[in-house]
Amino acid sequence: MTPPDRAAPARARIQLPRRTLRTDRWWLAPLFTTLGLAAFVVYATLRVFQQDHYWVQEHHYLTPFYSPCLAAQCAPDAALFGRLPVEFPPLVPYALLSLPFLLLFRVTCYYYRKAYYRSVWQAPTACAVREPHRSYTGETRPLMLPQNGHRYFFYVAFAITAVNTWDMLVPFFHGTDGGFGVGLGNVIMVVNVLMLWGYTLSCHSCRHIMGGRLRSFGRHPVRYRLWTGISRLNDRHMYFGWASIATLIATDAYVALMAGGVISDLRFFN
Amino acid sequence: MSERVFRVWRGGADGGLAEYRVEVNEGEVVLDALHRLQATRAPDLAVRWNCKAGKCGSCSMEVNGMPRLSCMTRMSVFDEDETVTVTPLRTFPVIRDLVCDVSFNYDKAREIPSFTPDPATSPGDFRMAQVDVERSQEFRKCIECFLCNSVCHVIRDHEENQPHFSGPRFLMRVAELEMHPEDTADRRLIAQDEFGLGYCNITKCCTEVCPEGIHITDNALIPMKERVADRKYDPLVWLGSKIGVRPRDTPIAPNIRPPADG
Repeated sequence: MTPPDRAAPARARIQLPRRTLRTDRWWLAPLFTTLGLAAFVVYATLRVFQQDHYWVQEHHYLTPFYSPCLAAQCAPDAALFGRLPVEFPPLVPYALLSLPFLLLFRVTCYYYRKAYYRSVWQAPTACAVREPHRSYTGETRPLMLPQNGHRYFFYVAFAITAVNTWDMLVPFFHGTDGGFGVGLGNVIMVVNVLMLWGYTLSCHSCRHIMGGRLRSFGRHPVRYRLWTGISRLNDRHMYFGWASIATLIATDAYVALMAGGVISDLRFFN
Repeated sequence: MSERVFRVWRGGADGGLAEYRVEVNEGEVVLDALHRLQATRAPDLAVRWNCKAGKCGSCSMEVNGMPRLSCMTRMSVFDEDETVTVTPLRTFPVIRDLVCDVSFNYDKAREIPSFTPDPATSPGDFRMAQVDVERSQEFRKCIECFLCNSVCHVIRDHEENQPHFSGPRFLMRVAELEMHPEDTADRRLIAQDEFGLGYCNITKCCTEVCPEGIHITDNALIPMKERVADRKYDPLVWLGSKIGVRPRDTPIAPNIRPPADG
């Protein structure tokens, strides 16, 4: 084929009408990301506002979506830090103190920012795929400044994960006949807490706090060791992010089904 | 040996894609096919290349829409009947065919304040631990192919951002200097205000295309964002530096960008 007519070379970018010349299925990852995030948001919203089926008295299973339980309506044993003297009206989460911070921890997370900027905001939908926006200011506008507060949400998430760990330990001492016991619910809660710690500790702000902010590792060997350990976890931050979403839903669903009397706990010991 | 269909950008900015059939042998890369095209069908095809080993960064172009080194893109990754489309990098002005004017990058490189040691020290005084050398060594693997700057949507899709965004390659350079134990300048403010770190929304395309496998986002850009948060947005860090719990900030590196009016 004959090449197209040559004009004098102009110093400008090439112009192609197509959004991208990529031939692979670049739309698949943002599609699955959107579906995954939407599924979690819908499920969590419904469960948080349900104000029921969050506690199994027999084995002291408490769903993480209601921890720590603060409302006057909370079951007495479910309220780790006691109950407020007021009844929460409908649509107010019983875990009013923890959920907003956990939400902000995930919203400002460097991995989730990548995920929703790509899949929801489409800036860009995928690499080398033209984004649909006419202008772009990134994270420079005042509305985006809270993204810089990720470290503070990390501090709170760290404390809440410690509370979740306590919630996970308590059911081990409430077997069917009292005393120590292990059931499938305990196993699910242990896996969930491990994933929550994995996600929380692998956070980029945690990595910065542990040693990333230093100019010299050589003068701070202990901080360097900590940074190295967190860096190993940080490589898997995305996996912990999705795995912890999955285990949160699994734990909550298991507790909800038991609390609703649909299933009973599979007990391995007592 | 098989014959493959190539669509190759010919001409300047107002050029177009021309279709060619080129022989391809087992083990060859896209650059080999372009050289055969030059030798047989299009002797005037402009292609920039040098080492053919993925170390000089010269043969950057876009293959099926993705910025790649053509010398490191094997033909075996494409199906036998797949048309391979080759264009110049779309973020930079094209000179002709597959050759771009990448001077934007050199202009940005000149704006970064250079290594600034303590004036009281001499070169022989520096002693660095191996862990500190390794930290910046990752960034020095950069071959300046500019694939990262080309794929970054901040300037790829919004040309108007070019004056105030340096791109991942040079924000990584700022991070490298900021993490140097013997450097004394504080580059955090200019990283945000002059080099446009705030425009980065960490979508990691730079990391995806880096032929050297540098973790640009995780090891340079996000740590720089955290350092900027220390300097500009964290009241506890500010308080700590005022009461002596944390060291005081070092002098801010000056903006060395030439004035807009020349």
